[in-house]
Order: sequence, then structure tokens, then C-alpha cells
Amino acid sequence: MGPVLAGVLQLLALTAALALAYKPLGTYMAKVYSSDKHLRVEKWIYKGIGADPDTGMRWPAYLRGILAFSVVGVLFLYALQRLQGVLPGSLGFAAVDPDQAFNTAVSFVTNTNWQSYSGEQAMGHVVQTAGLAVQNFVSAAVGIAVAVALVRGFALPHSQLRSSGGTPIRTGELGNFWADLVRGVVRVLVPLAAVAAVVLVACGAIQNFSGIHEVGQFMGGTQQWNGGAVASQEAIKELGTNGGGYFNANSSHPFENPTSFTNLFEIFLILLIPFSITRTFGLMVGSVKQGYAILATMATIWLGFVALMMWTEFAHHGPAFQAAGGAYEGKEVRFGVGASSIFAVSTTLTSTGAVDSFHSSFTGLGGGITLLGMMLGEIAPGGVGSGLYGMLIMAIIAVFIAGLMVGRTPEYLGKKIGSREIKLAACYILITPTLVLVFTAFTMALPTPANSMTNSGAHGFSEILYACTSGANNNGSAFAGLNADTQWFNTTIGLAMLLGRFLPMVFVLALAGSLAEQKPVPATAGTLRTDKPLYTGLLVGTIIIITGLTYFPALALGPLAEGLA
Amino acid sequence: MNNSVSNTARLLGAGLRALLLLTLVTGVLYPLVVTGIAQGLFPDRVNGSEVKADGRVVGSSLIGQAYNLPLKEGQETPAPDLKWFQGRPQNGLGTNSVNTQYELILSGATNRSGDNEELIQWVKDAKAAVVKDNSTGTYKVKPSQVPADAVTSSGSGLDPNISPQYADIQVHRVAEENGLSIVQVQKLVDEHTEGRTLGFMGEPRVNVLELNIALKELVAKS
Repeated sequence: MGPVLAGVLQLLALTAALALAYKPLGTYMAKVYSSDKHLRVEKWIYKGIGADPDTGMRWPAYLRGILAFSVVGVLFLYALQRLQGVLPGSLGFAAVDPDQAFNTAVSFVTNTNWQSYSGEQAMGHVVQTAGLAVQNFVSAAVGIAVAVALVRGFALPHSQLRSSGGTPIRTGELGNFWADLVRGVVRVLVPLAAVAAVVLVACGAIQNFSGIHEVGQFMGGTQQWNGGAVASQEAIKELGTNGGGYFNANSSHPFENPTSFTNLFEIFLILLIPFSITRTFGLMVGSVKQGYAILATMATIWLGFVALMMWTEFAHHGPAFQAAGGAYEGKEVRFGVGASSIFAVSTTLTSTGAVDSFHSSFTGLGGGITLLGMMLGEIAPGGVGSGLYGMLIMAIIAVFIAGLMVGRTPEYLGKKIGSREIKLAACYILITPTLVLVFTAFTMALPTPANSMTNSGAHGFSEILYACTSGANNNGSAFAGLNADTQWFNTTIGLAMLLGRFLPMVFVLALAGSLAEQKPVPATAGTLRTDKPLYTGLLVGTIIIITGLTYFPALALGPLAEGLA
Repeated sequence: MNNSVSNTARLLGAGLRALLLLTLVTGVLYPLVVTGIAQGLFPDRVNGSEVKADGRVVGSSLIGQAYNLPLKEGQETPAPDLKWFQGRPQNGLGTNSVNTQYELILSGATNRSGDNEELIQWVKDAKAAVVKDNSTGTYKVKPSQVPADAVTSSGSGLDPNISPQYADIQVHRVAEENGLSIVQVQKLVDEHTEGRTLGFMGEPRVNVLELNIALKELVAKS
């Protein structure tokens, strides 16, 4: 068997595994976010918070909850890093510098996990396990909560729909943020992550709280490596589409990703919730077919990108790869080119940013595919929660375009898409491109940031474009030749991550609130059927065209110039 | 105004309490439970899959090492010890630059692009060296025989494996350097060649540390 066939078989196996998990997990999550029972541990937590999980929230209250929780998250994580020097259980590691601590705190709270530090030398056990890994859970739960709130906006008023807490939702209310947050963590993320962590350990990922290991070497002398709660963090890092590695080399490090099986398993974890939540969506709006149409859109783009990536990586254009006889720079033997291609596409089409191979050393076009994946807005299938709400925004844009063609007020899932709705959707899709292009332009215009580049020419520009794209889209992967631990990058990428996470959420929740106020309109013969393949085709086309028009000039200067040289 | 300040304060208080409680669940209980289960079930693996030879720990089967001669005076890069099977180049690997009371391995890739001059040179030099080092009096390695993994650095810099092709072209040299027969050494490589997991996952591979440990035993016996 050749490596190409093996790559295709791995893709098929992964697809089959995701298909098997789709119904049970999607159905389970739908129950989690509408069940009327609180678990005992959840009741304790609500009591501790001092929140009534059965109180319905309108969109401004829901948003305030998210913002308060996130502000506190940033401050807490910042403080942990700044106090590392005096925290016990920190291996004697020093406090993190203020600009880097700000960047890292924002990075993990926004589900980005951009890392301007190297994990093994900078972060001790306490910061990693009680700080960074905690945000891996809760930032993912916040993402799902926002998606669920938007779905409720579409579904309301719906006699079957309940908030987390089981009370019927009144017009204009989106559920209770604290209940959605806690349920996401307790019922979805923690159980799945625990199972996944044990699988990873069984395959060789490390999990201990010992200090620095000093171990003998074959040729004599010793080597030092860092221990830690790696498997438990790795599990939620992938499952929550976070991506922040315990080690600098992320999921290419053998202690994070020891075997070719764990590699596929980690890709599975990345894609598991983002794909399955389309069923949750379908069930909550009362038509699983609507969920399938969204799923088909996501899967089409994902499969198409994987195919393109495998093609360019196996073809290995580029002088260094031609000389080497393969695009193996930055890739591990146990994964090979095929599985590394699947990982790279899956991590950039979601908001994950974990890497099992280094994107900067992909072929010119391969690097371009990772960039384009993020530029699509990470919606195929996207981050946990954020992928679904991003895709639903594009779905609204698509019905709007179709409505323009026939001169009819568009509707989606029984709700009229009027001028308020389309304005909110338009604001949403303008935010990240604005952040990416403005920050890239400023960075390129200044004299010193270019000193951070490892590569020159088109690829050097790509390093900067990639950094801004990754930050604003909350991905977190990098063309890691860029030395991003400077005050400029720590600050600007920190801002890009903050604005790129929370501004879109404001528009999504405002949209959800607006939809939740509306009475549903009955479908007529003139209604565009959004549960059919024709609509999926329209949606894929809309996504590609909008992204292409926005980013083509920037892509032409970077990866296209390199790839077509 | 006062009202909105106190509302905000109340909300931030709720946020803080939520964070602390969820930290207890996901940052304390979860990792401790996982560690407990993992330490109970897989005591060797949780601590880094250490391997022993001659009664002493010689590394981790998961972490690639360099098999070099000691650095000579005036030398910048150490020369490979040709008695042993060689792993992949480790140009992306570093040592820690913060918390320098330790000398930690700092994992990483080169991040050089396909058109990077330095990378092109590294690849060419590595290829020439692989051809030269592995050609013996009776066996000439052709450049086209050298697989890509032999001349490129991995993502982690710690790749414990090489491709079976790279192991195969080292057989003649290793046999000659150690006074073993080619058949003996080839048999050793074949025994340590692992196919794709379940026939299709990843790529075929040879664990260099385990192969060298077996080689050392073979040399000691003969």
C-alpha cells in the first residue's frame, strides 16, 4: 500500500468514526440543553455562583453574563502567570512577563490558544493545569452556549423547547447563561475529555505531577524533560477546539501525540462536537434535515480542503522539498504526509490551532490552504459552538442573496430575515476580515516587526498574515518561524483575539434576541427550501465567494506567490 | 449610575465564583482523577515510557536522541557516531531560554519554507552526508535511495522514528563499523520495523533507540 492510499483510508476511517458518533452525541447534547433536571453537582455550583438557573435571560443579560465571566477569566489567568514565581508546584519557574501574560490570558479565554511562549520552559504545573486547561473547558462551553442561544432564537416560540432548567422559554428570552455554561462543562466536556485522556495515556501520552525528569541517554550524559498533566490537557485541548500545546511542539510532540492511532484519535476529537452539534441544532429547531443541510455544507468544504491539501503535500513542490524527495520537513514519520494533511486542514477549519506538523514548512499552496481555512471564518465545521453560529450567519447571508435574486423577503427556519437581521449578520462577517487586514497592514508598514520573520519574501509576509488571521479568527496555529514574543505582537494579537471573539458574539446574541421576538411565518410555495442539496450548494458557493473576494489580494501576495513560483 | 456599578460588581462576583467552582471541577478534580486512573493502569507510560539497557535508563522510547561522537575542540557541530543507527536531523530543536536553572529539551521545528535558502542547503548537505557516510567499500548509496525523512527535521525535533528505507541504507555501514554480518544487521532492522498501525494508520517506521539497544546487545554477544 502506498502512502496516498493509506492517507485516503485514514480519511475514510475518520469520517466513519465521526458518522457513528453523530447521532448519539448530537441527540445527547440536544437533551442536555433542554432537560428539566439539574444534577446534584450542578445545583451546588449554582448555589455557589448565587445564580438561579431557571431564570430566563434576554440577549443583553445573556451577553453580560458571558462578558463578566470572560473578564474575570482573563484577570485570573493573568494573575496566575504573574504570580507563578511564588506559586507552589510551579517547578521554580519565574513569573511570566506582563505583555506575554496578557497575550496568553486573552488567548486562552478567547478559545484561541495562540502561544507566544514555549510551554515546557515557561509554564509550571499550576498555570498549565489550574489555569490554561480550565479555560480550555470553559471557553469551549461559552462557545457552545452562544450557539445554543442562537438556535433557541430561531426555534422560538416552540412548544417543545425548554431552557437548560426545563422552564418553557418566553418570547425574547434565550435561556440562562450560567445553566448553559455549567451544563456544557459538567455534562458534555468533562465526561468526554476524561474518556479521551485515558485513551491517550494508554497509548503513551504522559500524565504525572513530578518535577523535571533527568533521564540517561544512550550515548551517555542525561537529558531533561518536563513532566505534567499532559494527557488530561491534551484531551480537552482537542475536544474543545482550543489547541494550546503543553509542549512547544504541540501535537507533534511524542508525549502529546505518541502514535499514529492517537493522531487520528486527536483529529476525531477536534471534529467530534463541531460536526455533531448540527444534529443538536436540527433537533432544537424541529427538523433534523435542516441540521443535515448544514452538516453537508461543512463536510463538503472539509473533504474538499483535505483532498487539495493531500494533493499539494504529496506533490511536494518547492526547491527544498524537491531536493529532499518529499515534504517531510516539520512532519513526523509516525504520522506521514497523509495524516499530517488531514490534521492541518481539520485544525484550521476549526478554531483549534493544534498542530501535528508545522504549517510554515508545508508547500506554498499547502500553507495557503491552512490560511484560507481560517479565513472562511472557521465554520467547516468550525470551533465548538462558534462553528455553528458562524455557519448560521453564512446561512442567513445565503438566503438573503437568494431572496435578492427573486425579489422576495428572505426567511430562514420560519423567521423573516429583515433589515435588522441582515445588518447584524453583515456586521458579523465584516469584523474578522477588518481585524486581519488592518493589523496585517499596520504590522507590514512598521519597520521593526519584520525583524521577527524567519523566512523572507512572500513567505515572510505569510508569517505576518497568518499570525493576524490566526489571532482574529481565534485559531491559534502559526507559521511559527515568526518570533511573536515581542511587545508589538503580544499586544496587537491580544487585541485581535479579544475583538475577534467577543464582537461577533455581541452580534450573534443581538441577532438571536431579534429572532426570538419574532413570530414564525408559515412556509409557503415561495419559501426557499433550506433543507435540500440545492441550498447546500448555494451556501458553499456563498462562503467561498465572500471569503475569496475579501482575501484574494492578501493571499496573492503570500501563499499564492510562493506556491506558483 | 450607582445602581449599574453595583449590578456590574454583582455580576463580576458571580463570574468569579463560577470560575473558581469550575476551576475546582476541571482544574483540580478532573486532572487528579485522570492522573489516578492513569498511574494505576499504565505506570510506565504516564511517566514517559523510559527504556533501560544494561540496567540503566537510556531514554524514552518516544523521544528521539542524537547518536553523535563527543564534540572535538574547534568543532561546532558534533560528528555522527557511525557505529550506531542515526535518526533524523534535529535542526528545530533547542534548549530552554527562560528558567535557565534547567537544561530542558525545547521541542520544535525549523519552520523554514520550501524556498528558504538555509533549508535547501541543510537538505543538500544532509543528503550528501547520508550518501557518503553509508557508502562502504562494497556498497554505494545512490542519492535517489535516500528517503525524505533522512534529510529533513521533524515537527517536534524529537521524532523517535525513521522510515524503514532510511534504516535499510544504514545496514551495510553499521555492519562494517561493528564487525557484524550484513545479514545479522538486516535481520535486526526487519525485526524492529513496524508497519502501519492496523495496516493503514501513519507510515511504516523503525524506532531508532530500540534498534540501537538491540544492536548493542548483538555486538556484546558476538
